[in-house]
Amino acid sequence: MTKFSLLDHELVPKHEIMSEGELKSVLSKYFIDKEQLPKIKVQDPVIKEIGATIGDVVKITRMSHTAGEADYYRLVIE
Amino acid sequence: MANVPPIPKRISSIKFGLMSPKEVRKMSATPIITADTYDDDGFPIDMGLMDTKLGVIDPGLRCKTCSGRAGECPGHFGHIELVAPVVHVGFNKIIRKLLRASCRKCSRILLDLGQKQHFLDQLAAVEEIGHRPDDLINEVFKEASKVKTCPYCKEEQLDIKFEKPSEYLENGEKLTPTEIRDRFENIPDEDIRVIGMDPDNARPEWMILTVLPVPPVTVRPSITLESGQRSEDDLTHKLVDIIRINQRFQENREAGAPQLIIEDLWELLQYHVTTFFDNSVSGIPPARHRSGRPLKTLSQRLKGKEGRFRGSLSGKRVNFSARTVISPDPNLSINEVGVPMPIARILTVPVIVTPRTIEQLKVYIRNGTEIHPGANYVFRPDGRRIKVTEVNKEDLAEKIEYSWMVERQLKDGDTVLFNRQPSLHKMSIMAHSVKVLPNKTFRLNPAVCPPYNADFDGDEMNMHALQTEESRAEAKILMRVQENILSPRFGGPIIGGIHDHISGLFLLTRFENHISAKDAFDILRKAKAHELPDPAGHDEKGIPFWTGKQIFSQILPESLNMGFPAQVCSHCDVCQEEECPNDAYVVIRNGNLLKGTIDEAAIGAFKGKIQERIIKDISSEAGSKFIDDMTRLAIRAIMRTGLSFGIADEDIPKEARIQINEVLDTAEDAVQKLIRSYENKELEPLPGRTLDETIEMSIMQKLGKARDETGNIADSHMGLENSAVIMARSGARGSILNLTQMAACVGQQAVRGERIRRGYAGRTLTHFEAGDLGSDAHGFVKASYKSGLNPTEYFFHAIGGREGLVDTAVRTSQSGYLQRRLVNALQDLEVHYDITVRDTRGVVVQFKYGEDGIDATKSDFSKPDAIQRVIRSVMNKEAGE
Repeated sequence: MTKFSLLDHELVPKHEIMSEGELKSVLSKYFIDKEQLPKIKVQDPVIKEIGATIGDVVKITRMSHTAGEADYYRLVIE
Repeated sequence: MANVPPIPKRISSIKFGLMSPKEVRKMSATPIITADTYDDDGFPIDMGLMDTKLGVIDPGLRCKTCSGRAGECPGHFGHIELVAPVVHVGFNKIIRKLLRASCRKCSRILLDLGQKQHFLDQLAAVEEIGHRPDDLINEVFKEASKVKTCPYCKEEQLDIKFEKPSEYLENGEKLTPTEIRDRFENIPDEDIRVIGMDPDNARPEWMILTVLPVPPVTVRPSITLESGQRSEDDLTHKLVDIIRINQRFQENREAGAPQLIIEDLWELLQYHVTTFFDNSVSGIPPARHRSGRPLKTLSQRLKGKEGRFRGSLSGKRVNFSARTVISPDPNLSINEVGVPMPIARILTVPVIVTPRTIEQLKVYIRNGTEIHPGANYVFRPDGRRIKVTEVNKEDLAEKIEYSWMVERQLKDGDTVLFNRQPSLHKMSIMAHSVKVLPNKTFRLNPAVCPPYNADFDGDEMNMHALQTEESRAEAKILMRVQENILSPRFGGPIIGGIHDHISGLFLLTRFENHISAKDAFDILRKAKAHELPDPAGHDEKGIPFWTGKQIFSQILPESLNMGFPAQVCSHCDVCQEEECPNDAYVVIRNGNLLKGTIDEAAIGAFKGKIQERIIKDISSEAGSKFIDDMTRLAIRAIMRTGLSFGIADEDIPKEARIQINEVLDTAEDAVQKLIRSYENKELEPLPGRTLDETIEMSIMQKLGKARDETGNIADSHMGLENSAVIMARSGARGSILNLTQMAACVGQQAVRGERIRRGYAGRTLTHFEAGDLGSDAHGFVKASYKSGLNPTEYFFHAIGGREGLVDTAVRTSQSGYLQRRLVNALQDLEVHYDITVRDTRGVVVQFKYGEDGIDATKSDFSKPDAIQRVIRSVMNKEAGE
């Protein structure tokens, strides 16, 4: 069976694990703690795909009709 | 204030469980043993139902438990020791299940150890993922009640039957609550966990009551009638019944009464305890008051629309509000609401007495309550309220001092909130300024009907008088009608001309009207325009005249520049814009209407481009002024020519009728031909369709086309002099389809998008042969409403019409529930100043509102119009200069 990457599907937006530095700047931009970010479960297929672990924050870049690209951040949880 | 905790506190856990008899006794302030309430001096009897240990409600007394006065003491529970145990109605379902699932001898759950462990593991797993264990527990009961012999003591299990209201029969023999309690007591703790109960917080035997908690008096206050007689709360009455029977039961048992009497009394005690909890249990007659009114007991207090949850917590009646029928008044501004004098004299606004207000307030107080605007109440700084009466009004006016407060009557210019249910969007509640008017209805400008979805066929609306300066400021800035003309739903105006406003301006601006100075001023009078531009021309006699377009231009702001296709636009392949032969392209330059017709696309609610432009380019105030002027102008304009509609307007010439009949006949022939080819199996099925579906679709299509054709024929014989055509074309009311149905042909009646097929076997009515596929046998109405339908057509029309009614009824209830769920889910979200959307805990939901941070009200119907407009205006200016 051929295995393909979830991220290749046109409806799955780009997910990437954020570095410490990036995360810090996002958190300070919004004046929030990591806990106040939206969550995503580790079992989520796309999280498995990119290999993020609990406590990581993933950056999601979505295509938007009105805004072009929109960034979203999710904290990986159990 | 420094050590006040932050408001959103996180609740870590809530524990639910059953109350054990021990717990009931522990929290009880006193046992209750007498059914009497007060002694002859009107003092509460000790260990009676009104014992002061249970709290106090009469002023002057002190609670014996907490020594608080009435109002301070929250009340304390008491208890009644029941002579014999009784079943708690609320747990009948679980008791029944548990009786079936446990052994009648050794009380163990009828599952072997392996099964028990399996279910325990599953329960733990379900709890871990935070799901509800209900389904799993039901399965435990289901499995256990299947077992016929106990796997532990080999006892054979008997059939348990539950009989309403609270009787359990084991092989036809009654189980007493004592027996049930004994069985439950013997269930071991580890078995209780299998049925999803926590033995520390909820032992199953606690579902059988041996001691009854007595609610505090504060929960069931007695009221003193004017006659000095005491009237007790329904709950107290019920408790009296319970104590009486309890006592009789005890006396009889001690006296060694026969078993039959004891059983009767036991049953009676069960009845009273049951109705104490719930007086609407099926299977028993509700307990009644002496007057015959059913008692309102515990669950009646909580349940239903008027219950504690829906009636007292989610929603309650409010002060300073009014409700009455609405009616239209085009002379009011859209920001105003006409308030009937009787309402204005009752609703009040508080004003604090200061050096600035004291003189005016004295005038109000001297006016009293009868002369408007007066004052109804005066509040002293100590909180005492003094009613203004004819007798004391002069004294009061002299007595008021700074820092007193006067409640003056509602008067012109006050800000109030106005609302029509169902409040589905934010425009369902808007702030208006008061205009006190005679008569008894609220009056509003018909242009604000669309946001409220109001009409005047008997609709009622609510009004709330604002009570604080902050609320008035907030309402004026955020909620005024003029601030809500643009809807955040689609970024366009939701307030604008309706019906006659559109027809009126259409008639005024469409044709080359020659309007004399006298007429022009007459039309413009209400719109407060006092000058006319240079006349458009002079007639043969040299008298100057003006055009309708010039008159309309008088209410446009001077800086307005725009161009757009009107509603009457026929969507030509290449738009000639300003050179439109149908005068259907509106051009406005510097506030002058040069070309085009004003209709729904220009000033209509939901569509009006002119209001939208004015608000976005100038201000919402200019927008509201335009709507006010426009509605008044339109009403004057339509009154100049008049617009009426009657049966004669549906008339079409004889030759048109002949043409229509020809079209219908050819369509019918074509249908017959299709049917013949279908019967001869010559018909080719459409891709992906069966033959039956194909013929149905082709017939529907043929007949649909025929109906449209007849409509076109009728339309071509009715010009713009026809008022129905005027209304349909301008978008004021009705459509060309409505017109077609009235004048030419009603067309196919459908149920669920298909031709009507229901009825007898193979045919819709006995008037047709079975298997007839023809147009008239399946609901095609050849006639028009004007010509009248024949009986079969009429019947089919009724079928189609009924479907429409059912659809709307179903849709409204479904969409209402959907809306409720959505609102409940989203109500606490908030857009913060950094354009993030967050919930109350500060958890981000969206990092940028709507992903783009755009306020829909400030966008142009969500299209990138603004940029193009800026480019155009810059280019034009350069070209002009």
